[in-house]
Amino acid sequence: MSSSTPLLAVDELSVVFHRRGSGETRAVDGVSFSLEEGRVTGLVGESGCGKSVTSLALMGLLPDRGVKVGGSAVMQLPGGEADLLRISQRRLRDLRGSQMAMIFQDPLSSLNPVVPIGLQVTEILKRHRGMRGAVARKEAADLLYRVGIPDPTRRLNEYPHQLSGGMRQRALIAMAVACKPRLMIADEPTTALDVTIQAQILELLKDLVTEEGTALLMITHDLGVVAGLCDDINVLYAGRAVETAPREPLFADPTHPYTVGLLGSIPRLDAPRGEPLTPVRGSVNDNIAWADGCAFAPRCDHYTMECLQGPPPLVTMENGGDGDGGGDGGGHVHRCVNPIDHAAVADRAVLDSPTVADEVEVEVEGEDEEERG
Amino acid sequence: MLRFIVRRLLQLIPTLGGLSILLFVWLQRLPGGPEYALLPDDATPEQREMLRRSLGLDEPLMVQYLAFLRRIAQGDLGTSLQTSRPVLDEFLLRFPATFELGLTAILIAVVIGLPLGYLAARRRGTILDFAAVGGSLLGICTPVFFLAFILKVVFAEGMGLFPSAFRLAPGITRTDITGFVVLDGVMTREWDVVWDALAHLALPGLALASIPLAVITRMTRASVLEVMQEDYVRTANAKGLNRTTVRTRHVLRNALLPVVTAVGLLTGSLFAGAVLTESVFAFPGIGSFVYIATQERDYPVLTGFILLIATMYVFINLLVDISYSLLDPRVRAQ
Repeated sequence: MSSSTPLLAVDELSVVFHRRGSGETRAVDGVSFSLEEGRVTGLVGESGCGKSVTSLALMGLLPDRGVKVGGSAVMQLPGGEADLLRISQRRLRDLRGSQMAMIFQDPLSSLNPVVPIGLQVTEILKRHRGMRGAVARKEAADLLYRVGIPDPTRRLNEYPHQLSGGMRQRALIAMAVACKPRLMIADEPTTALDVTIQAQILELLKDLVTEEGTALLMITHDLGVVAGLCDDINVLYAGRAVETAPREPLFADPTHPYTVGLLGSIPRLDAPRGEPLTPVRGSVNDNIAWADGCAFAPRCDHYTMECLQGPPPLVTMENGGDGDGGGDGGGHVHRCVNPIDHAAVADRAVLDSPTVADEVEVEVEGEDEEERG
Repeated sequence: MLRFIVRRLLQLIPTLGGLSILLFVWLQRLPGGPEYALLPDDATPEQREMLRRSLGLDEPLMVQYLAFLRRIAQGDLGTSLQTSRPVLDEFLLRFPATFELGLTAILIAVVIGLPLGYLAARRRGTILDFAAVGGSLLGICTPVFFLAFILKVVFAEGMGLFPSAFRLAPGITRTDITGFVVLDGVMTREWDVVWDALAHLALPGLALASIPLAVITRMTRASVLEVMQEDYVRTANAKGLNRTTVRTRHVLRNALLPVVTAVGLLTGSLFAGAVLTESVFAFPGIGSFVYIATQERDYPVLTGFILLIATMYVFINLLVDISYSLLDPRVRAQ
């Protein structure tokens, strides 16, 4: 399966913003990954790591001016393959909504407040499938019903403010799947929703992927979502993928210290009461440029002088030892010169590595005392 | 929808009531009442007192207020001290001229301002944008009477492109049906009358349009810029819709909401602005009549004028509310 050509192959994607007066910002700095039909691929990372910019670049939704996009994103289309970053705006408009669709973070602000839900669904049917009038309305109602909106015919005449948060996201999903796109991008689709609704929306997305064989690119900072939904995972840091692996090996044997830090920072229900959280120390502001070395080095507890000698290369793991790698096998890649070796250190010991624990406890203890006082 | 309109109409009652009280108090507090305006300077205090009594100005305030309300309700705005004719008749005679002028001004402002503001937003940072923003700043800063003078001196008296005064050239005959010159001309197919009336409206209309034009241009520009950043416009683009659909249905429809409010308020203020413009161009409307009334201390006319403007404001606001509820479903729901 993985030997066939992927639906979308993103290679060395880079996005640089130019602002007058403040120089340039490299939001995405050489990200590569591929999407396969019927699989969910996750882009994971903290705020500002370039997840959303990556998705907007693929959809061609970045502003026209002040942005430079590099690399390539080759997508298999009915009429042959095409590089999404090179094709004309006109062609892109034809593809958007029909071949590739996107679901956004905040369902309320993503819907036009003064246009009825029905028209917001039918306009896409008219544009890409040439449907009009009663036929389009019937199809729109069917779509709303399929994504779990009860009484869809009545909803067609309602406005976004009359729907609940979960309903709004369902309506947006209905618009996204209206033309059975082969690629779907979901940019933090559950962040604005409460937990029970989150689970329903994720379930819906999962079903759509299984039924239609859509390739889903899931952009999230929520590792719970990743664990429940994603088949393949790319961990992004400062605009680059630092670790790429199928789900099982990533959660079982994370090798990049940043991935380890992210997993270690998840609060545990079984932790003793009052145990401090273990965040990844520092913030993205501490980054150094990738050209000078590993951008994560200033926040890393394992860095050596070696880390500061130019950008670390991508290393493919030999998938031996633990042997509980994903069914597709292999594909576990990281960008680190001092990866964490699970053979040498037991899992818990890594998460509670002495330096991390000391630093964090000192910081958090102060807060604790204030609370008690 | 009907319930919404009825509710809004009922809400007008306290507004107009409060307005009548303000107006009445204002009249009471004015220095130099009609007994000074009507009688010669050498009249004795006794004579002035007699006049006050004959006008009912010695009654208790409450009685005077109720009488004032009753008269207004009957359409009796008093008698003009200048012409000795009922104020309402004087207004009705001049209203069509002022209405035509105001409509011309607001049409100029909307027809130029909306597209200009929209284009300035779309071509942000270009010469067109700078020209629109700079020009509108100039428009807001220039006093209307000054602009009226300049237009008159340059285009009417200097170049002779437009007439410099009145509604129609002397010697043109027309059939009067409604009092609205342009409308009558169109109805009777007297095209020379229509053309001549429009030429007379051009300069005062432009002068009066300057501030609304500037405000509408700026508001449209700012509003379009804001809406273009909205998530739902990104969604519309992500759906692959045509540029035209994105720009009209998703950008313009939302961007026009605040502009509609502005147009309403500006229309209300036009009638007050007409006072100076009309007097510069000797335009025979309510404005130039009121201009003279202020110099003559013709209080019944001034009171009537304030009442007229205030009532117009209130009803234009009602129209704005109604159109708003048609444009924005979120308002309807409340």
